[in-house]
Amino acid sequence: MSKTLIRGAKVLGGAPQDVLIDGETIAEVGENLSAEGARVVEADGKVLLPGLVDLHTHLREPGREDSETVLTGTRAAASGGYTAVFAMANTFPVADTAGVVEQVWRLGREHGYCDVRPVGAVTVGLEGKQLAELGAMHDSAAGVTVFSDDGKCVDDAVIMRRALEYVKAFDGVVAQHAQEPRLTEGAQMNEGVVSAELGLGGWPAVAEESIIARDVLLADHVGSRVHICHLSTAGSVEIVRWAKSRGIRVTAEVTPHHLLLTDELVRTYNPVYKVNPPLRTERDVMALREALADGTIDIVATDHAPHPQEDKDCEWAAAAMGMIGLETALSVVQETMVDTGLLDWAGVADRMSFAPARIGRAHGHGRPVSAGEPANLTLVDPAYRGRVDPAGFASRSRNTPYEGRELPGRVTHTWLRGKATLVDGKLT
Amino acid sequence: MQRHLISAADLTRDDAVLILDTAEEMSRVADRPIKKLPTLRGRTVVNLFFEDSTRTRISFEAAEKRLSADVINFSAKGSSVSKGESLKDTAQTLEAMGVDAVVIRHGASGAPYRLANSGWIDAAVINAGDGTHQHPTQALLDAFTMRRRLIGRDAGLGQDLSGKRVTIVGDILHSRVARSNVDLLHTLGAEVTLVAPPTLLPVGVETWPCAVSYDLDAALPKCDAVMMLRVQRERMNAAFFPTEREYSRRYGLDGDRMAKLPEHAVVMHPGPMVRGMEITAEVADSGRCTAVEQVTNGVSIRMAVLYLLLGGNEPAVAPTRTEEK
Repeated sequence: MSKTLIRGAKVLGGAPQDVLIDGETIAEVGENLSAEGARVVEADGKVLLPGLVDLHTHLREPGREDSETVLTGTRAAASGGYTAVFAMANTFPVADTAGVVEQVWRLGREHGYCDVRPVGAVTVGLEGKQLAELGAMHDSAAGVTVFSDDGKCVDDAVIMRRALEYVKAFDGVVAQHAQEPRLTEGAQMNEGVVSAELGLGGWPAVAEESIIARDVLLADHVGSRVHICHLSTAGSVEIVRWAKSRGIRVTAEVTPHHLLLTDELVRTYNPVYKVNPPLRTERDVMALREALADGTIDIVATDHAPHPQEDKDCEWAAAAMGMIGLETALSVVQETMVDTGLLDWAGVADRMSFAPARIGRAHGHGRPVSAGEPANLTLVDPAYRGRVDPAGFASRSRNTPYEGRELPGRVTHTWLRGKATLVDGKLT
Repeated sequence: MQRHLISAADLTRDDAVLILDTAEEMSRVADRPIKKLPTLRGRTVVNLFFEDSTRTRISFEAAEKRLSADVINFSAKGSSVSKGESLKDTAQTLEAMGVDAVVIRHGASGAPYRLANSGWIDAAVINAGDGTHQHPTQALLDAFTMRRRLIGRDAGLGQDLSGKRVTIVGDILHSRVARSNVDLLHTLGAEVTLVAPPTLLPVGVETWPCAVSYDLDAALPKCDAVMMLRVQRERMNAAFFPTEREYSRRYGLDGDRMAKLPEHAVVMHPGPMVRGMEITAEVADSGRCTAVEQVTNGVSIRMAVLYLLLGGNEPAVAPTRTEEK
């Protein structure tokens, strides 16, 4: 059995402690632990967090291995401090059968960088017409608990209602990509002052908010839980806040980029800023930060969306939507939430590990840093500051909106069930 | 002057007045028996048209040829573009053939900006209309036409459009002409009012440097120029307005409405006109309508822009003035 002693780590940002990993579990947490027989990692004031959990990742395999594979995506995840990622269903073929989700799950297991929890499609082919075999995907080896047509909205109210009801049988959750399709035909960016000037088709906030309003009411009506993907507007925050105050079982996520970037960046017409839902306004960004701080928004999820260079090196309208985010998420959260005083490290542990694991029922992840728990851990150096250089990314794609931007924080170590996947910032 | 012309908003008042004044000089060339200047001899200009636009392409081509440039016309239809070639590769291929300037018309807003700012090519880029974003040479030729008509050919030299009231009517939402005109007319000191049904105004228009009205009849008596924009019939199918007849009743310009304009006011149209929709034949064919003049002036404006972007510091018309002696 291999032992590792992490010495002097601020567990969840608290007072420095030693953490002893023995095999796959945390053996002991305390002061002045014996290093006998153990490899020692001097944490030296760094912050120790539970391994991060991403409820919203696109690994692209099967089908678009030119932009990402399960291997490159999970290496990127480990590099960003993640120990579990939920892989979205919009692959080719779509993850709408037990066969596809098992394949993705198994690839994650074989590579061993990060647990991969496949998300199952809600409807066959993401077409919004016929429910996929949700039960079969749940009963498969992949044990699917989160279902989403992400990339497309389940816009048919009856299909959405049925899906919400159906997954109750196995404690599943539907994660909705809230986008009213008719209101967003030809949409290229946030509808507002900037889109009016740039002459780009508008993606109005109301197209997101109207679906969220409908879905929280549906969830209330049928007594199901519903999860809202990548919430992006101040109005959406208000609706979720209202729903929670009524006791409706809704959870919501925000992406790092929606916490930091605004539609002003679109003035460059650089498609690296093209994403769905689109970058919104400063007012929305502030509302999202506040909502993440007060718990209205439960979690940060990356919506890591790799695209090959040719899909971004073109005119705006022709470009693909999406940004990669696994390797910069924690830095952006530190920049926008921790360094601004809105959230402490215990709060970060909750929003990026405890809560996403709870929503996705990722057993063994999002656990406290204490004796007897699985050793899924992330060590971060919050004092670090540096410019983002995509050349060093483990992801196969480079479509980051942060190239050249100075961001704080750096993940130095990641452990997946006691096995180091990242040591001193280098993948093992 | 900047190296590229991407947006009317990039022009200062002095840049714009310089272009208008230069265009006046250029227009004199058109009055000569030999309508040609040697200014751009040995320079190559490519007209890179991803969207069908016969009139704009011909206008640029005439301007380029009058300045003695070598002209290459590239239209996306039936070319490698239709086989999936990217904008970047197309532009780099053309530049590899030694092009000094690219005149680009593209259906995607921002395509000329990308071309000028992505490090793909070194040539000067002139926007000949991009999506629903900008069409700066159209705004310049409109301003040129207004200055001539409202101030005078010689009296206008060195002048901007301070205090002139311009009403722009029609599909503002989808119009690059409207966006360019609002920017340029504001820079030149004119007061702009946009008139359209609320469905054809963009969300966010309230931040533009202009007034907005839904009432054409109220706006007409108070303007020096009214610019009618084309309204595509297809818009009706997307519920922007109920029927063609309702649109022309509320926002079309007919003889009765034209009578409400002040005596000196002009009616403008960037073309192509949809007669019976936004403008009646009676108005289009009247002496107050400048549509044909605008086409003529377009060549002068494009000569001025090409000259100022490519021609360097030599006086534009000097060589032929010498010939005249």
